Amino acid sequence: MSGAAHPARGAGDRLTAVFWSRPKLLTLLLLLPPLLWLGVVYIGSLVALLIQSFYSIDEFSGLVVPEFTLKTYGELLIPSNADVILRTVAMAAAVTLAAVVVAFPVAFFAARYAKGRWKAVFYLGIMLPLWSSYLVKVYAWKLILAKEGIITWAAEGIGAGNVLNAVLAIPVIGGNSLSTSYIGTFLVFLYVWLPYMILPMQAALERVPTSMLEASADLGAGGWRTFRSVILPLAAPGVIAGSIFTFSLTLGDYIIPQIVGSSRFFLGQAVYSLQGTAGNIPLAAAFAVVPIAIMLVYLTVARKMGAFDAI
Amino acid sequence: MRSDARAPLGLTIGAILGLAFLHLPILLIFLYAFTTEDRSYQFPPPGLTTKWFAVAWNRADIWPPLYLSLRVAAISSAVALVLGTLCAAAMARAKFFGRDTVSLLVVLPIALPGIITGMSLRSAFAIGDIPFSTFTIVLGHATFCIVIVYNNAVARFRRLGASMLEASADLGANSFQTFWHVILPNLGSALLAGGMLAFALSFDEVIVTTFTAGQQSTLPIWMLNELVRPRQRPVTNVVAIVVFVATFLPILAAYYLTRGGEETAGGGK
Repeated sequence: MSGAAHPARGAGDRLTAVFWSRPKLLTLLLLLPPLLWLGVVYIGSLVALLIQSFYSIDEFSGLVVPEFTLKTYGELLIPSNADVILRTVAMAAAVTLAAVVVAFPVAFFAARYAKGRWKAVFYLGIMLPLWSSYLVKVYAWKLILAKEGIITWAAEGIGAGNVLNAVLAIPVIGGNSLSTSYIGTFLVFLYVWLPYMILPMQAALERVPTSMLEASADLGAGGWRTFRSVILPLAAPGVIAGSIFTFSLTLGDYIIPQIVGSSRFFLGQAVYSLQGTAGNIPLAAAFAVVPIAIMLVYLTVARKMGAFDAI
Repeated sequence: MRSDARAPLGLTIGAILGLAFLHLPILLIFLYAFTTEDRSYQFPPPGLTTKWFAVAWNRADIWPPLYLSLRVAAISSAVALVLGTLCAAAMARAKFFGRDTVSLLVVLPIALPGIITGMSLRSAFAIGDIPFSTFTIVLGHATFCIVIVYNNAVARFRRLGASMLEASADLGANSFQTFWHVILPNLGSALLAGGMLAFALSFDEVIVTTFTAGQQSTLPIWMLNELVRPRQRPVTNVVAIVVFVATFLPILAAYYLTRGGEETAGGGK
């Protein structure tokens, strides 16, 4: 193929001849650098994380004992640590459910009704908040939720100051002000992860064939019936795909609860403070394995339900 | 329910409220950068001033983190550009054993929460006794930036198809000439878009960075410290605007560069 029509002129041509006769070689050469990087840096680090989680801390010296033990994982079951895990999972579930509700109208409108110019508006309208600075978004909410901030001002302006105080007086989820309560943490999580729910949902809804909706109408179904029996089941994979993001991101975040929320720890904060000031890397690593384990279960279930066709 | 029917009123209101919820909070940052109040987050601002921009400009502690962030973002997106393009080229060429595993491996650093990437790297540095440096930050950033470039490049490769490369070979070009004269010009805007998105992602990243930076301070870390222990709140607002613009512009540019393609940039973060 190579030599017959064009005699080889240099090293480049000779290599090209080799690539033509053994196409797998080129594929392998192309793959080698990225695979080496990801394999060594990323997979290597994940293995290091697993190894660390099986080490423990010597209680007297505070030094890491590099010997295999399950003691560190056992510490996760201490009530105060188990509480952190349960609290985080509960928050992740609440954020995911709320994201489904808020995302649906936006995704449905963008997928079904936005045309031409409006399609672009919706696309950018979802994409820009998704990509714009995470920290700036969190910061914006610190301003909004502050006791002297815009929500208090607006609530008092429309004479709903009492309502706000009543909400803040609710035990557990309330607090001194919105920015020091679980409600605040929840709102910021919802805000920051919402685009991750809208996008896969919209992708799934765009794939619902119009003919199916027409068939449903022809068979006598009203708008609500079509929605419940046709659209929702077909959108489900998108919802599950979105929930993977919102759930996993909430599980692993430690900045948001640190800046907006009560002083009680979430999982990410436990990891961060344990590896930092406490210097207990094994326990921090064991904590970090928890979201991986939860997400593995979640992904296995999601895969069975066909969620990966929608990403 | 025909596709050209008008949307029900409730749906339209829900969609508009949803979009407003996504955008209004960011606008507030811009207002607060001009407030005269520097001790609280009082709304409405008691007065407006532009002096904080000058104050921020003269603050010596902002510049080193800014330079570090720019350096890290530049190196990381360069590394990601090379590795992501190579990976996309291989994936576009052939179906091979383990193809799904490779695509999973590329996506994993961004699919798992940042804290796992961060804590994993931290564990590895602890085991390997590797001291924190710019290099350790770049290791983390480049890893999660690869997928951004990869996504953009792989979509373009798919559109490019095999016929152009075959035509180039038939005309006597060797692999390197084909790469330089055919592949690269066709890939150009997708790579530029991918590179800019990677830059924006790296410039703004804070979660992984807090695990890999040690005592160093990138601009997001500087901002995080200000959020936890505020010193001069309006200065933080000004920096927030700078960070916002520095990520916003590349994203907008990436959108316009890849618009109209089958895959527009930024579909997945």
